[in-house]
Amino acid sequence: MNWEVVIGLEIHAQLSTKSKLFSGAAVGFGAEPNTQTTLVDLGMPGALPVFNKEALRMAVMFGHAVNAEIGMTSIFARKNYFYPDLPKGYQTSQMDDPIVGKGALDITLEDGTVRRIGITRAHLEEDAGKSLHEDFQGMTGIDLNRSSTPLLEIVSEPDIRSAKEAVAYVKMIHSIVTYLGICDGNMAEGSMRCDINLSLRPKGQSEYGTRTEIKNVNSFRFIEKAIYTEIERQADILEDGGKIVQETRLYDPDKNETRSMRSKEDANDYRYFPCPDLLPVELTEEYVEAIRQNLPELPTQKAARFIEQYKLSDYDAGVLSASRSMADYFETLVNKTKDAKLSANWVMGELSKLLNQSQLEIVNSPVSADSFAELLIRIQDNTINGKTAKDVLQSMWDGEGSADEIIEKKGLVQVTDTAAIEAMVQSVIDANSAQVEQFRASEPDKQKKMIGFFMGQVMKASQGKANPGLVTPILQKLLQG
Amino acid sequence: MYQQNIAALAKQLRSKDISSVELTQSFLSRIKDVDPSLNSFISVTEDTALNTAAEADKLIASGNAGPLTGIPIAHKDLFCTNGILTTCGSKMLHNFIPPYESTVTSRLKQAGTVLLGKTNMDEFAMGSSNENSYYGAVKNPWDTTKVPGGSSGGSAAAVAAGLVVAATGTDTGGSIRQPASFCGITGLKPTYGRVSRFGMVAFASSLDQAGPMARSAEDCAYIMNAIAGFDTQDSTSSEQATDDYVDTLSQPLQGLKIGLPKEYFDSTLNDDIKNTLMTAIKEFEKLGATIKEISLPNLKLSIPSYYVIAPSEASSNLSRFDGVRYGHRCENPKDLLDMYMRSRAEGFGQEVQKRIMVGTYALSEGYYDAYYLKAQRIRRLIKQDFVNALAEVDVIMGPVAPTTAFDIGSKTNDPVAMYLEDIYTLSVNLAGIPAMSVPAGFDNGMPVGLQIMGNYFAEAKLLNIAHQYQQVTDWHLQNPNLAKGA
Amino acid sequence: MSLDTQDVQKIAHLARLALPDEEVQTYQSSLSSVLELVEEMQSVDTSGVDPLTNPLEMTQRLREDEVTETNRRDDFLANAPHSSNGLFLVPKVID
Repeated sequence: MNWEVVIGLEIHAQLSTKSKLFSGAAVGFGAEPNTQTTLVDLGMPGALPVFNKEALRMAVMFGHAVNAEIGMTSIFARKNYFYPDLPKGYQTSQMDDPIVGKGALDITLEDGTVRRIGITRAHLEEDAGKSLHEDFQGMTGIDLNRSSTPLLEIVSEPDIRSAKEAVAYVKMIHSIVTYLGICDGNMAEGSMRCDINLSLRPKGQSEYGTRTEIKNVNSFRFIEKAIYTEIERQADILEDGGKIVQETRLYDPDKNETRSMRSKEDANDYRYFPCPDLLPVELTEEYVEAIRQNLPELPTQKAARFIEQYKLSDYDAGVLSASRSMADYFETLVNKTKDAKLSANWVMGELSKLLNQSQLEIVNSPVSADSFAELLIRIQDNTINGKTAKDVLQSMWDGEGSADEIIEKKGLVQVTDTAAIEAMVQSVIDANSAQVEQFRASEPDKQKKMIGFFMGQVMKASQGKANPGLVTPILQKLLQG
Repeated sequence: MYQQNIAALAKQLRSKDISSVELTQSFLSRIKDVDPSLNSFISVTEDTALNTAAEADKLIASGNAGPLTGIPIAHKDLFCTNGILTTCGSKMLHNFIPPYESTVTSRLKQAGTVLLGKTNMDEFAMGSSNENSYYGAVKNPWDTTKVPGGSSGGSAAAVAAGLVVAATGTDTGGSIRQPASFCGITGLKPTYGRVSRFGMVAFASSLDQAGPMARSAEDCAYIMNAIAGFDTQDSTSSEQATDDYVDTLSQPLQGLKIGLPKEYFDSTLNDDIKNTLMTAIKEFEKLGATIKEISLPNLKLSIPSYYVIAPSEASSNLSRFDGVRYGHRCENPKDLLDMYMRSRAEGFGQEVQKRIMVGTYALSEGYYDAYYLKAQRIRRLIKQDFVNALAEVDVIMGPVAPTTAFDIGSKTNDPVAMYLEDIYTLSVNLAGIPAMSVPAGFDNGMPVGLQIMGNYFAEAKLLNIAHQYQQVTDWHLQNPNLAKGA
Repeated sequence: MSLDTQDVQKIAHLARLALPDEEVQTYQSSLSSVLELVEEMQSVDTSGVDPLTNPLEMTQRLREDEVTETNRRDDFLANAPHSSNGLFLVPKVID
């Protein structure tokens, strides 16, 4: 049977506030267990929540970024269930009146197709703590540092039809929240986690099939793999005439399979009700509008500007605007070199290659944008050629110093003395008389292709330092005899 | 000495007729003598009390004392007190020593009061008789075979018996007013949001409110001056400015319009109580007030509305007592579920478990609209009744409870009989308005309280009215003959 | 509205209260009495009446995003029934 896959995603983005959603405890990753907790985060008797202003502002920013309705009155509700890392026995979340209502965003697939994915809602909620399953005297340890950390849960419509679309959507959300500066986007540390709701239906059928929910997938790659595996699992069941059980599943990246989380099964009556310790959050038009006015440039806007301002191709603009740090790096180069094409080629080429090899994000690049710009300027002023620049970049990457220091230390300054170049060209011609004769006997079209050989010989002789722009006319002159 | 009011004691402390340490020692020794027959205290904090009293004496000597400096008081055992056992009358918290202080107790500490101990109460404030305490029932000082009322029964009994000058209580559905009425003392439930709930173990968050319990309205006013006011730690606390509750006590009542809801004085009210209250109301007429019959048509619905809303909130509020971070944990749990199920079943008493289950049911899928939402809609109708009535009159008067204090054990077998006791007090909490219980006479030797209800944030008015009444009556000065029961 | 013993057991489980068999009946009857008591609400027409969740109908106050608390882990752990290495310990959680 030909199946259509239907996917809706719930993304939990941890908001980059200094303090927690409902308490004055610090938010941070990797602190000693239970050292970033207060009465409120520990659910001590008599503790009461007070709402963090900044979390509200961040949620509204996100709402604007996806052109969503902003909930002018939003209400916190309690989601009741027992779990040891949920200290109050309920999670404070939002149910009927979320801070962000319906919105949408466009994703661009690799083939250039643009698809609009609906956003159902985004709501504020507090995170739970962590259960540590390493053996503590045969018991589980509870660390509540993460308890009450602010999360924005972004719920998509079931508009996603493939693993590729899902990844493109998550990347777009990632890009938006990092652009807005409301989430650090660090998936490895759990700052962004994704729940995948997935079902299959025969192509052409309008009703949805029974779905499963895969919880807490925390990398782009795992999202893609989890979806492929789950599609395969569901298709196998359906093709054997079986039925999908609506349940929560967990993706195991080691085995590349999803498995049922039975422990979550029995607590499905969450008894939501408005939290009586918190009051309705009322926004004013002025407040909402002021946030809209101060919204930073978003990825799609930035891409459009790059195309317009720097005459970049759609593809280049898309790649360079995908992350705010990449775009900022690029624009620093452009500002210093005044050459967008050169800057784009180097960021997308050599720099990306080095980052990939070292598995680094651009913010952690050992070569800063300012230092990189110095290198490009040396290409522009003919101090070095492009080939040498690649070697210099590698040395800069390895920490050997600035572009100028390396060029100086290694004596890589281009030869621009025409007399010296003429001498080099002459010796190449002398050493390759057979090729020279062949060249002279050839048609002009053929000659154009053959000149590359002599060029290579000259560069070799100059140890890459000859300025190719100067070599070409001299070669042509001397070859003609 | 045990019957003197705050102003008189403060004067003697300042004139050095007595020291706070002497006063404290004297009250502590009275607690030792009398409380075994009442059981009004869960813990007596003798050492810290004497230390605080010594500090108070220094402050008095330096001339920087306030009106409450050196005055011995007690707190209901649901206010978290730093370093002092806080049980909420429950086995669940039998070993809980909070490393933090509630706003109410912290402000009273700041005001210089001397804490003698923590008073007994119905477990988690659920009850109207103080029989639901893990620490045993409290007895009424006027007759130890009778209940003191609840849930702040320990505070009421301790004040009535002269074991403390004043005490704190909390009122979710009448828990300050009803025991005040049963024990013949004065108690005020302030407007919801007037006093911070921070550090008060929550029963029903949208109804709970702390307030003073003392012999007179004047003493309550001194306590209110210390505890009322905005607190950044409680989102539901009001930023509205407070009054000076003592300064306004002496205003005349000329022209005061009193509303008497016909639903409060119908045939269900015991005739003797009705007569006692009508006599009290005549006193107000003598003071210049006029009387008008009014109607609060949805009064009867306050029972069902309250007994859905309060248990619903409680079922969620009490989920944190799970044996993980504090409180009771069962022996040798075989797994996580077993730990939850047994710790909670062992830690909570029957009434608490019953209410948790009622609330769990009312919030559960398929029943939420018919129970919780319906109850909240009715709540609005009840509030509207008061808003309408208080547009016509300044205050509303009526009974606090349908009877005087009843016999211990007489209502424990019928699961809902006790709930019906709350008919005159619940609607006030649902609406969030302030209300008092003021001693207004006796019926068969047991005190009868008059309830005075006012508009939002009209605590100063209520205290003023009660104080003026107490200037012309002496019901609040009557003392139980403790020898009889003790 | 009255409950059967299965309802009672289901509610008790949701509320995480161990209910010995001999108590199920007691709770069945006491919970049913309470539900009967509150049944009276259903006779009232509340159409068009908004639920009232907070008596003052105030709106939420906002807190500045500042770290105001310091680490007091040891104070808090002092009340824990079972703790070790700065962690609260519970019977093994199986996911």
